[in-house]
Amino acid sequence: MKTIQDCLKERILVIDGAMGTMIQRHKLEEADYRGERFKDWHCDVKGNNDLLNLTQPDIIIGIHKQYLDAGADIIETNTFSSTTIAMADYEMQSLAYELNVAAAQCASKARELYYAEHPGCEPRFIAGAIGPLNKTLSLSPDVNNPGFRAVTFDEVVTAYYEQVKGLVEGGVDLLLVETIFDTLNAKAAIFAIKKYFRDTQQTPLPVSISGTITDASGRTLSGQTLEAFYTSVMHAKPLSIGLNCALGAKEMRPHIEELSQIASCYVSAYPNAGLPNAMGEYDEHPADTAHYLEDWANEGWVNIVGGCCGTTPDHIRHIAEEVKKISPRRLPLVETSFA
Amino acid sequence: MSDTVVIKPFLRLAGLEPLVIRPETNFVNVGERTNVTGSKKFARLIRENNYEEALSVARQQVESGAQVLDVNMDDALLDGVLAMTTYLNLLQSEPDIARIPIMIDSSKFEIIEAGLKCVQGKCIVNSISMKEGEAKFIEQAIICQSYGASVIVMAFDEKGQADSKDRKVEICHRAYKILTEQVGFDPQDIIFDPNIFAVATGLEEHNNYGVDFIEATREIKALMPLTKVSGGVSNLSFSFRGNDHVREAMHSVFLFHAIKAGMDMGIVNAGQLVVYDEIEPNLRDLCEDVILNRNNDNNEATEKLIGFAETVKAKGKVEVKDEAWRNATVEERLKHALVNGITDYIDTDTEEARLKYPRPLDVIEGPLMAGMNVVGDLFGAGKMFLPQVVKSARVMKKSVAWLTPFIEEEKRNNPLASQGNAPKVLLATVKGDVHDIGKNIVGVVLGCNGYDIVDLGVMVPADKILDTAEKEKADIIGLSGLITPSLDEMVHVAHEMKRRKMTQPLLIGGATTSRMHTAVKIAPQYDHGVLHILDASRSVTAVSTLLSKEKEVLLKKTREEYDALRTQFGNKDKKNLIPYSEAVITKEYFDWKSYKPTKPQTDGVKVLKGYDLGTIARYIDWGPFFIAWEMPGHFPEVLTDKIFGTEATRLYNEAQKLVEKIVAEKWFSADGVIGFWPATSNNGDTVTLETDKGEVKLEMLRQQLKKAVGQPNFSLADFVCPAELGTDFMGSFAVTIHGAKQHIDRFAAEHDEYNKILVQVLADRFVEAFAECLHEKVRKEYWGYDANENLSNEELIREKYKGVRPAPGYPACPDHTEKLKLFSLLNVTENIGIDLTESLAMNPPASVCGWYIGHPQSHYFGLGKINRDQLEDYAKRKGMSLDEAEKWLRPVLE
Repeated sequence: MKTIQDCLKERILVIDGAMGTMIQRHKLEEADYRGERFKDWHCDVKGNNDLLNLTQPDIIIGIHKQYLDAGADIIETNTFSSTTIAMADYEMQSLAYELNVAAAQCASKARELYYAEHPGCEPRFIAGAIGPLNKTLSLSPDVNNPGFRAVTFDEVVTAYYEQVKGLVEGGVDLLLVETIFDTLNAKAAIFAIKKYFRDTQQTPLPVSISGTITDASGRTLSGQTLEAFYTSVMHAKPLSIGLNCALGAKEMRPHIEELSQIASCYVSAYPNAGLPNAMGEYDEHPADTAHYLEDWANEGWVNIVGGCCGTTPDHIRHIAEEVKKISPRRLPLVETSFA
Repeated sequence: MSDTVVIKPFLRLAGLEPLVIRPETNFVNVGERTNVTGSKKFARLIRENNYEEALSVARQQVESGAQVLDVNMDDALLDGVLAMTTYLNLLQSEPDIARIPIMIDSSKFEIIEAGLKCVQGKCIVNSISMKEGEAKFIEQAIICQSYGASVIVMAFDEKGQADSKDRKVEICHRAYKILTEQVGFDPQDIIFDPNIFAVATGLEEHNNYGVDFIEATREIKALMPLTKVSGGVSNLSFSFRGNDHVREAMHSVFLFHAIKAGMDMGIVNAGQLVVYDEIEPNLRDLCEDVILNRNNDNNEATEKLIGFAETVKAKGKVEVKDEAWRNATVEERLKHALVNGITDYIDTDTEEARLKYPRPLDVIEGPLMAGMNVVGDLFGAGKMFLPQVVKSARVMKKSVAWLTPFIEEEKRNNPLASQGNAPKVLLATVKGDVHDIGKNIVGVVLGCNGYDIVDLGVMVPADKILDTAEKEKADIIGLSGLITPSLDEMVHVAHEMKRRKMTQPLLIGGATTSRMHTAVKIAPQYDHGVLHILDASRSVTAVSTLLSKEKEVLLKKTREEYDALRTQFGNKDKKNLIPYSEAVITKEYFDWKSYKPTKPQTDGVKVLKGYDLGTIARYIDWGPFFIAWEMPGHFPEVLTDKIFGTEATRLYNEAQKLVEKIVAEKWFSADGVIGFWPATSNNGDTVTLETDKGEVKLEMLRQQLKKAVGQPNFSLADFVCPAELGTDFMGSFAVTIHGAKQHIDRFAAEHDEYNKILVQVLADRFVEAFAECLHEKVRKEYWGYDANENLSNEELIREKYKGVRPAPGYPACPDHTEKLKLFSLLNVTENIGIDLTESLAMNPPASVCGWYIGHPQSHYFGLGKINRDQLEDYAKRKGMSLDEAEKWLRPVLE
């Protein structure tokens, strides 16, 4: 069986598109979110998309399957908010571990279905998605007290540690720390990942890292430039570094170019389907998104491409179609002495 | 396909911005004042919980050039973990400080770890060592690695701190092997501190400590070339406490030798390093003997230095004030003045330099250019922002103005004296256009980068541009323009350049220009390079590349890029336009039957001269003001922007002061004219106004884009009641700011580019504010269709009001020639003195005109592209030849 490292040497891998956009299509109501198990839960849970791993696994499996059918090589678990910290919004902190295990299993199930239909196909990979949290370590939520923090580094490490444990035990192939708008949160995730594999004495899984440049300033929300961000997470020795979310492909282009020049590992990019329109919807046509990514592939900048908010299996199909004949970015030559 | 990227094994650190330490990087200054053990003041501030002030200590370190900030909270009276956490969290919210990497300094590892938990960037841990054995060392190294920090390893083991060269090297090498082989550290993330100890203590066994450090450094760097060497320099001179004069000299001499041996960084007071070459020779020799342990038998060198110290002790040292830079060499002073935009002493300093250098031109080409290069580099690196650069240019111009009479005199005496040979860039706003703020900024920025700028001003005909370019032997020509007809004029200039067989590259810039237009229309006219430049900051790289060996590479790349754009343009789907006849049918329908038009309270034309500037100033929209200074963002958020917030705030305060002055001293005269007429539309795109001189027909343009079902194709005519359904009203206005020119000229004469551009930008803001203010008054009084409106300035900027005021030449009605009707309706030129150029630009440049439409559902829109069928119909309606109509509508024609 080929590893993801083997595949990345050979071709550009395609990562899936938006989960939320696809869930929205099901127009689920409070009762659907609750399912049988949480029908008497004491607060509203509508909108807790990660809960669907437990209450509507067939919907989640179905979405994963659609992305696999569209040509995704990597599917992301539905665990963007599956941490004790983010689950506090629904008072479901105690479910965090279970959600991660269930999410990994949903993805595995979808992959089994796919393999059954495509015997002998190239391997598909499951990335355990680790989101940014709704509380940040570098920014104060209180404008009058810039030194204040709503959460501590140790609390964030604890939350991520539990998520990592659930994802790994659920059977993911790699971990993907994504949508990073505060590098310190990501550093806490990296800390937790390192600690988990040290504690359990396992061979660490590959870690992919994907940051978010929030606007035209070219910086993360916490104020770092792209190169500063990369420098600050290099110690994860990541499989790939990349960008996702906030920007459409058009706006993301110069940053991906920069990253392709400074990253010693593989480069990933999964932009939104354009910028939101006046109605807050993403309406970039799949062929257009794919065209941008094809351009980056032709430039030799990327190894993993896909979509974030607003992208659909249709986007992924177009992207997969466009990049399949293009060679991946070659890994840089990392020198270990001064010439 | 790009070539394989090579990643070098440099030490890479990060705050909000990266710091890469390359072999050629000069000595890295680590700021030491934010250390409670080294600074009494800082310790007191922290003990008193005065963190605000404690932050300013950090800021002062950054401002005096610290590239890394050492933070130390080791004080018996402090809760070190709490102090470190509090201080670093606060520091993270100060982007001007947090931009550099942090060195977390403590002898207690729990304080170090607390610090690591607060900083998103890649830090340096200062320090870990093997003093408690290998196991502890490895454990701490793994923790540092988990946070992604580089480490300083002190040359300290179970037996103690290394003092001799051999012990230093041995311990460092042992630590290196453990870190790289057992922990998995990259060698470049290891920094050694081989211990700087005090010399000249009177104990002979201390005399060689300086040499031990320097020689150990040399050996460590040879043995482990990717690692770095650092040290706390002030220990060295410990025995001369209280005598800063001697201490600073010792530090400087020590660093001079240690850096040559390979020392990469050091903890120093960034504001207090003397230049090695400027130490008085006697003192320098004494320091050298002590540090290098020469001529030091029986402490001879030490005694001599102590003796010297006694002689200066009495003098003490003047407190370092802001004016300290005045004590530097004239070259340094000029540089300081340029970088900091200080004009106070520029005449005296320039005169001093003139007397020092053989020829006045040498001052320009020497120290002034050197200073401007620093400015250019800082700007290029994003460390200075446009307003600061413009202030630097003001200093430069003042200095050059001082020198000019001397240069002229020299020329008279010796006509053959060669002139400066800086590359020459010719800039002009093209014929028919009067807008030049952007061009002036480009001129300033290029000027700062050492180019000789020939600025021909505004409304410059092609012949004059090209004649001058030939006469002046310009290396590059740059064209600017703001209104759409200028695009054609640029095509014409390019065409003429080819006809004249010119060879210099042509740069295109200005608000309506675009890469696509340049690629499709201008570039094919001229073979020797046409480049679209997005903003002033990009002009520098473009110009420098065009004047370098890389020129052909850039031109080739641009040519390929433009070819691709042309192909893309050619392939663009044209079918998404619908026939004009269909577009007219899908017009926007209002419920005219239930609409009761308000009859304007003002009859005919009303002139308003000398409108109150104070009132107008309250309507200023500051967003575009900052965009003009290349600081994009919403107002007021731009004032707290992470990157340029500080500069934006400074600029805003200065602009506010100038606005007050403009208002108080009546620098401007705001003049306007408005008029209202009964109006009807024809269900098509013609609006007929009933004036006392008869009917005037206004011709509008209609969107032709294929839209979703039920989405109308807009035209301004849709917003006026069709004749068969009743009589509506329409109005128009023109406003202008007179008086700006004399101040702009005055500042230009004073070589004050900064205030010149400031006045220009503010004149634009005033006229826009005037248009906004007048529109409100129209809605509430002069027309009075919304007498009860009550909107904030913010809401006005967001166009929350009822009705619209579209301007001919802009998105809803892009044809500039309708301006001719507007001018005649309001008698604009006679009433308020606005002239129209042949391209129908308004002069003075700070002028706005437009139509008033009152229907509550009317709205702004962009026309988009139109097809030839509409062009033909439009030409017929306007009684224009097809060619003429095409000329004016080319930018919107598919």
